[in-house]
Amino acid sequence: MQMIIANTLIEGQVVFLTADAGWTHDIERGAVALSDEEAAALLAEAKQAEKANKVIDPYLIPISVVDGSRQPTEYREFIRATGPTVPIPGSQTGHH
Amino acid sequence: MYRYDEFDSRLVTERVEQFRRQAQRRLHGELTEEQFRPLRLMNGLYLQLHAYMLRINVPYGVLSSRQLRQLAHIARKYDKGYGHFTTRQNIQYNWIKLQDVPDALADLAAVEMHGIQSSGNCIRNTTSDQYAGVARDEIEDPRVYCEIIRQWSTLHPEFSFLPRKFKIAVTGSPNDRAAVKVHDIGLRMHRNAQGESGFEVIVGGGQGRTPFVGKTIRDWLPPADLLSYLEAILRVYNLDGRRDNMYKARIKILVHQIGADEFRRRVDTEWEQIRKAGSLELPQAEIDRINAYFAPPPYSKLGEATELLAEQRAKNKAFDAWVKANVADHKVAGYAIANISLKSLQLPPGDMTAQQMDGLAALADQYSFGELRVNHRQNLVLPDVQQTELLNLWEQLKKLDLATANIGHVSDIIACPGLDYCALANARSIPLAQEINRRYQDMNRVHEIGHLTINISGCMNACGHHHVGHIGILGVDKKGKEFYQFTLGGSSDQNASLGDRTGPGFAAEDAVDALETILNTYLRIRDKNERFLDTYRRVGMEPFKEALYGPA
Repeated sequence: MQMIIANTLIEGQVVFLTADAGWTHDIERGAVALSDEEAAALLAEAKQAEKANKVIDPYLIPISVVDGSRQPTEYREFIRATGPTVPIPGSQTGHH
Repeated sequence: MYRYDEFDSRLVTERVEQFRRQAQRRLHGELTEEQFRPLRLMNGLYLQLHAYMLRINVPYGVLSSRQLRQLAHIARKYDKGYGHFTTRQNIQYNWIKLQDVPDALADLAAVEMHGIQSSGNCIRNTTSDQYAGVARDEIEDPRVYCEIIRQWSTLHPEFSFLPRKFKIAVTGSPNDRAAVKVHDIGLRMHRNAQGESGFEVIVGGGQGRTPFVGKTIRDWLPPADLLSYLEAILRVYNLDGRRDNMYKARIKILVHQIGADEFRRRVDTEWEQIRKAGSLELPQAEIDRINAYFAPPPYSKLGEATELLAEQRAKNKAFDAWVKANVADHKVAGYAIANISLKSLQLPPGDMTAQQMDGLAALADQYSFGELRVNHRQNLVLPDVQQTELLNLWEQLKKLDLATANIGHVSDIIACPGLDYCALANARSIPLAQEINRRYQDMNRVHEIGHLTINISGCMNACGHHHVGHIGILGVDKKGKEFYQFTLGGSSDQNASLGDRTGPGFAAEDAVDALETILNTYLRIRDKNERFLDTYRRVGMEPFKEALYGPA
């Protein structure tokens, strides 16, 4: 399984491509490619959005489903998708 | 401290407005990312793992309370309420939005700060000794020369497109606190046989994937020739440095490949040409003019408060530990230098909340003439504190979680942002630094281990200075898992050395145990009061290797 990850132009935040050619911060709402053909189609869609200056540097990442939730399989992309693993100073967030 | 003149103000203000128009064009789709990227980088704006990151220079580490308050304001208004101090006397904001950057830069310009040349293949923020102007061992105040270099190197047309980035560091003291030997150019002030002060010029130092300790190409350079000689070095590098391979483009590779003697010969040839023109000779009047900006603050005439301090320290063990680790000698009687640790257990190394910034700015006003310093070990300094006020200051610092008594000790760790923030990293740095900090919370143990630097980088670019940590830790990706390699015996002071690798790396969950093994071995074999670095230099790798990996 693969998804498209990118940064938004205006805010720089991490987003995923959706099935209706939109972008979401929520990995569960992004489009999932089950085959290489579907992946190529998603990437082509994402490159259009890059050309239209909506997002920066979109690319495919492998994901898996763990306990019913989608997760990037590489830890770099996992951290990118979920945020720093240490608390944000002054807040209680951070997921490890 | 230095105040902008009309040229500085105009330059910075015009640059903000220029960037505002560039950002607008990007947001309106008139510029592609490819076109915009070099423009944003010239203003210190990166795109990192999660978001844009804005890097702001703190020129040679000198910061006023007014500027620190503005940094707090920027953290609150445009970011998530905190900033990160780096190993290059810069501060970074990790969550800034592109649309907000022009306003943030305008707010910074209002307090004489900017991100110009904090990125890109140009001369970066010139760094210096955090004790400049107050150190007891100082020959001359290096800030004067840093400021002259800043003015010369800012938007220098010839050196705006170098083969790679270029970093200059200056120390005015024989005890090097600015790591000058691991910079592209290091300048070390010392006196010649006639008693005149001048610079030893060291080139080709650096870290990254190919680390080198710099080579001395001139033993003593008169300050009047500083700019002409720097120009000669930069010109040789600009012409002869490689541009075909970014990994071989730093000056250290050129110096290594042609040798220090040949490099010196080329520089001297170029220098002769420049000196014939004569226009770059620094007039003493100009040095004096800049020097006047760094006139000492109005110190009170005080005696050393030795007895009072001894009494206060005897009564209060925690205060005693803080003075021992964090307070340094000041050149003026009755004053002290207070180091402010940004290495508490609560925050990542170098991180500071807006609330802490405001709080410390107020303490700087109250106790240190409104001035602060940023050092390359990601800590801050109040340079001018009356010895009789140290206890009061410490009480106030505790309320801000800024009184950790660990400067130069095991938990005073340099750590790059690592994979928690950085797009280039292979492994995380901050969680390991925090885990080490947690393991060494017993201050008796910390002080028993004594002076020690631990430097952690999350990739071989070495922003965390791992090559020159007494103990260096490099995070690597090994088949999709974080591993940590150890080096021992590195140092960035006047006797700089690169660390030696112990052997294979350790999985993340074993890394702190490995560190403990190294430290227990050291405690077992050290001579009385011997620093870790000195023990390592005396006994070498063998005992540590055996403790870590078993008998060979």
